Parts: sequence; C-alpha cells; structure tokens
Amino acid sequence: MSSGSDSREGRRRSTRHDLERYASLFAERTKVMKSSAMRDLMALTEQPDVISLAGGLPDTSTFPPDSYASLMETVAAESCSRALQYGPTEGLALVKGCISDVMREEGMEVDPDEVLVTTGGQQVIDLVCKTLLDPGDVVVCEAPTYPGAVPTFCAYEADVVQVTMDREGMRIDELSETLERLEREGRRPKFIYTVPNFHNPAGVTLSLERRLELVRIASERELLVLEDNPYGMLRYEGTSLPTLRSLDEEFVIYASTFSKILSPGVRLGWTVAPPPVLAKMNIGKQASDLCSSSISQYFVSAYFDSGPWQKYVRSLIEIYRRRRDVMLDSLAEHFPREAEWTHPEGGLFIWASLPDYIDTTDLLARALEERVAFVPGRAAFVDGRGGSSMRLNFSGVSEREIHEGVRRIGEVVHEQVSLYGTLTGAAPVTRPTPEREARPAADQSELAKVLRLPAQRKRAG
Amino acid sequence: MTRVAVLKGGRSLERQVSLKSGARVEDALERLGHELFAIDVGGDLVERLQIERPELAFVALHGRDGEDGTVQELLDAMGIPYTGSGVSACIRAADKVLAKHAMRDGGIPTPDFFAFNETAFKELGAARALPAIEQRLRFPIVVKPAGQGSALGIKFARTAADVPSALVAAFSYDRKVLLERHIPGRDLAVSIVEQARLPMALPIVEAVPNEEDFYDFESRYEIGRTTFVCPAQLPEGVAERASALALEVFALLGCSGFARVDLMLDSEKGELFVLEADTIPGLTETSLLPQAADAAGISFDELVGLMLHAAAAQG
Repeated sequence: MSSGSDSREGRRRSTRHDLERYASLFAERTKVMKSSAMRDLMALTEQPDVISLAGGLPDTSTFPPDSYASLMETVAAESCSRALQYGPTEGLALVKGCISDVMREEGMEVDPDEVLVTTGGQQVIDLVCKTLLDPGDVVVCEAPTYPGAVPTFCAYEADVVQVTMDREGMRIDELSETLERLEREGRRPKFIYTVPNFHNPAGVTLSLERRLELVRIASERELLVLEDNPYGMLRYEGTSLPTLRSLDEEFVIYASTFSKILSPGVRLGWTVAPPPVLAKMNIGKQASDLCSSSISQYFVSAYFDSGPWQKYVRSLIEIYRRRRDVMLDSLAEHFPREAEWTHPEGGLFIWASLPDYIDTTDLLARALEERVAFVPGRAAFVDGRGGSSMRLNFSGVSEREIHEGVRRIGEVVHEQVSLYGTLTGAAPVTRPTPEREARPAADQSELAKVLRLPAQRKRAG
Repeated sequence: MTRVAVLKGGRSLERQVSLKSGARVEDALERLGHELFAIDVGGDLVERLQIERPELAFVALHGRDGEDGTVQELLDAMGIPYTGSGVSACIRAADKVLAKHAMRDGGIPTPDFFAFNETAFKELGAARALPAIEQRLRFPIVVKPAGQGSALGIKFARTAADVPSALVAAFSYDRKVLLERHIPGRDLAVSIVEQARLPMALPIVEAVPNEEDFYDFESRYEIGRTTFVCPAQLPEGVAERASALALEVFALLGCSGFARVDLMLDSEKGELFVLEADTIPGLTETSLLPQAADAAGISFDELVGLMLHAAAAQG
C-alpha cells in the first residue's frame, strides 16, 4: 500500500504528536533513567481523588492573601518599572540582604558578593553540574538521594555513585572506601552531593561528627561538596547543627531556597560558593536564564521588609510538626510490625521500609486502587535499589488525609504481608497493638536497619 | 466525513500510554478530515456520548475498562459502532488465563502455565501445591497478573525462593495471576489489521534487548534498552508460521479490526509459542503496531483509516 495519502497538506495541518519525526534529533542524554511504566504510574498519583503522600509540596494555603496583595501593591507602588525589568545575573542586592538574614539565622555570615541568586534551589544543582561535569565524571551522593537531582545528574551524563546512609546520614566510612576505590579505578569524582538536614527522601540528619569528617575529607582530597539545605529552618525538635558551609568555606558550595520558608512559587533560591566556582556558575546562569525573576525578587524583598520573616516560618513549623506527629502515630497504628520508618527532626519526609519481599512500585499500583499514593523508593536510586522502601510526605496534606492515607497504605501492606505469610507458610501476621511505641526508629540499635537497602535486583547470568 | 468520539485516558494504569495513543489518533483523524471530539473516559462517559452523539467511537483506551470489554459493552448498549474487537473477544484476550485456555483447547502452542485466584492461596492452601507446580514448569518461571497489559507486575522467578514475592507483586494488579514456563528465545510481535474484512498479518517486530538485564521486564520496552527490528530477520518459514499462528489466535478469540499477538521463538528447538493477544495495542510513536504498519508501507493515517473502516463495516 502506498503512503501517498499522507499529503503535505495533511502534514502541515497536524503533526504535533508525531514524536518519531524528531526522535533521531534527540541527544543521548534525553534518555531518562526512570522506566516509562514508573512514570506512567507516578502520573496517576496526581489525580484529584487520590490522597497523595507522594508530593513534596509545602503548604502555601497558610499564607494570608491580604499580605500577598499588600506586598504586591508595595512592589507596584515603589518598584514597578524595576520589577518589570531584567536584573543582574547574580541577583538584586535587596534580595541578597534577605539571603544574608536567613543564613545568619542558620549560623553563617556571608559576603553578598559570594551569593548568586538562582531560580529555585534546583537551578543550583543544574549550575553545579554544568560548571563541574564532563560526561562520565563521577558524582557521589547519598543512597537514597533527592529524586529531583537524579534527572539533572543524568542530563549531564554523570556517573552517579551512591553511598549508603544510616540514622546519622551518609556513612563516612563507606564514603572513604568509595573515594579510594574510585581513585584506584582512575575515576575522578567532581563533587559530593548531600542534603545534610532532614534528608529528602530519607528524613535523617547528618551528625556533627560526620559533618566534620565530610569537610575534612573534601578538603584533603580537594573535592567540592554541594550542600543542599532547603529544609534547615524547618526543625521540629532537637538542636540545630552547624552547616557544612560554616565548617569549611573552601570546598563547600551551599544551596538553599525561599521555597520552604516562604513560597516555592517565587522560584527563588541561592548559592554561596568559592569565588572562582561562583564566577563560572554565574556564566552558566547567564546562558540559562540571564537572571531570576525581578518581580519575585522585589516581592521577597518587600516581604522581608514587612516584618519578621521568622514568624511565618514558626507558624509553618507548628503545622508541619503536628502533621509529622500524625503521620508517625498513623504509621505506628496502621503499618505492620515488619515495617520500619525514620523519625525526622524536621523537613517534609518520612522514609519507610517494608520487608524485602514487597516491591513498592507494585504496591503503589495496588494503593492507587485505594486512591492513595506515595513515592516508590526506587525513584531515589540510580541502580535499581530501594525496591521495598517508600517516601511519604506530610507537609502538603491535612492531618485527616495523612491519617486516612497511611491507613489505606497500611491496609494494602497488611494484605501483602499476610499473603506472603500464606505463601511461605510463615506464622500469621498480627497487627500492631495500640500501645505500640509510636517512634520505632528512636531505638538506636534498630535505626541502622531503617535505611537498610535491599540487595540489587537480580540479573540473569 | 464521520463524527468520531476518541475515547482515551481513563483510570487504568496505562492511562498515560492511552492519552498518547489517543492524541495521535486525533491528529490522524483530523488529517483524514473527520469531525472528532475526545473524551477522557470517566464518570461522565455515557452522558457525554448521549450529548455528543458520535457516529462512531475510536477506542484508544488500554488496560482496565478499555480493553476488557467494559466500554465496548456500553457502546453496544448505546448502539454506537466502535473500533477494534467486540465484548467477548475483549474479555477473552484481556484475561491472559482465559486466552491461554482457549489457545490450549484450540491446539495453539502456548507456554505451560497454572493460574490461581488469591482465594486459592488464602482459603485453599494452594501454597502447598507450589513445589509441584515449580517442578512441572521448571525454573525460571514467569509470574504475571492475569489482566495487566503493560510490563508492570511481571516478575521472573529463578528459584523457589523468588516465587512468593513474585506472586505478591502480581497480586498487586489483579485477583488472578499465572505462573508460566519461561521460553528462552526471541521475542516476536505479530500485528494484525483487517482490510476489506480480511485479517492481514503485518511484518513481524522483534524486540532485541541491548543489555544483559533481559529479565527486567519494566525496562524491556524502553527506548535505548531494546532495539526493535521490523521486519524481524527470521529463519526460513518462521515468519509465515508465526503469522499463521497469530491469525489463528485472532480468529479463535473472535477479534476484529486489529490486534497484536505476542509470541516467543524457542531458541533451542525453533518452536513458536503464543504468549497473549492484545486487542487494543498501543498506537504511540514507539508502539509496535504502527511500526509494523509502517514496514508494510501503511502510514499511520492509513492505519487509522483502516481501523475506522473496519468499525464502520461491523456497525
């Protein structure tokens, strides 16, 4: 049969979905790591009647609309033409002042010249990769790592090496071994990516001792550390620890954001880096977007001028702490004994691990039938691990939904644990007793297991 | 010009693929000069069809509701002709267990299998029969949900220790699962399209995995991990046998319009085994049916035209 009817006229009219016509033009790096089945599954988590514990959203509904309106009015009255104009690539001095305030609150003094204002914290990861990575260069990060960093690493064709974590964060002994191994193999890591506070997705915090060791190793090996600290201000208990940047200014690139303390919608983050690195990142940013939104920068600056910004952060801390507690209590009430989870002192996420025989990607398919969702652990690994873990978010949903969502997930987990017991002839599984300790991960001897990682998926020989 | 409703999306796990298939079909229908409107299938499906009164429905749904006869039953009830197979063929093909029984009864080679409902394990102690099953099927064994169309939930058990977790995974998608003997060999797909009421087998597509992770079913059909060869380079006579088998399955299950039949070519003995039939295979840029049509010189628009024509002829 001929294809003559596929006339030029027809083609001109409608070709918007004909991907294959462009496929041969796509770069190798556009091949993403996640399987399309997983992507399709994740897309279903966004349906309106699904209780999604899969998101990572701060709750912006608590920001008063009146304040928003009056701040915008201030911007209009005082800086209209400048807000509508391009700004300097490095960011407006006014915003750098706000950034200094936030960093001071976190125990750091910063010279505004060392700050680059970015379009969200995500752009820092992108710019660091753009500045430091040639294809095949090694990036060392935690296992699990921030799922949103994985596509960025992949886009720059990085060789991602993951180092396991326990309750104190990245295991430095394993990091040392890994770095030595890489050296022997002639593979040069360019930087170590870490989220030291209230890790996404693991929920754990890097201990002081390990912070000191990490910066020592980085300094000895002259390796950069990308310290991603979006959640540092959201601490619900315990004492703040010094940032890596405050322990070492030579080899730490610091990244943070207004997303979690004010709004992700303003798309403003920042980085503080050693001046030569910052200069290269600045050039990279010029190429990406010239500058971050001036309107957003004036908005943030007006917000910081309008009163103590810490007040809103404190209100968020109160809300999120309650939601975290509801999630921890719900997990204790509804998850089987075989499950373990972290007890985050802050941030937005809990990492729960189920018995090895449960695959959380498959579990998600079952959970979606009950209209509830989470992020399967595999999304946070580049090598197929994490198959029996899940990330649960507690900041973006109401207390009632958290409880109901965890209850529904607990039901399907129970169902699978019980089925496995039936299949293997194991003892029938009992539900947890109400008086069960609500913080199972607080038992230190058990904590190392919480982040334990299932073996890599078997491959055919 | 026909007024066509494109049914796509829905709530199945294959929603995204369906949206892509649907969007592509819409473009083609537009190019072919038909009047069309798209329905993302949900609670208002019947109401929308009653209001819009299409002359014909193009079912671009995959998985539950779309491929299992549910939507077809509704369209029958409303008297709206539709593309693809009718209710009974959909029911038989969507349930891999029913399809395999039909094939076995009909003398069509399909890998040995055993299938169970969850209740068999929960209430009848079927777990105790697993060693006997494992002995009969021999490892490695493929464990699949009966009704899931995509690669989700398909696990590969290499030893007895892998079987319980593979079953738990498969039961995440369906109340019925099957354990199937693995046929090591080449992975072939025969697409069938009716032309002038005659089913015609298109050139065969072979999926050749690029890496060693052959048993990672989820990544098996990813771009870059698998190379699709069409027409497949096969030993003499194999393509003819595969096509003939596929056409037999098409007729046996009562399919109409179009379908895709998946087979394995045993690497040792050169025997062919039919795995399953898909009554609404993907129509995306990377899907196998459009690739096969392309190899036969049938453009996507012509393919959609044929599907529409077959539907109108049935209706």
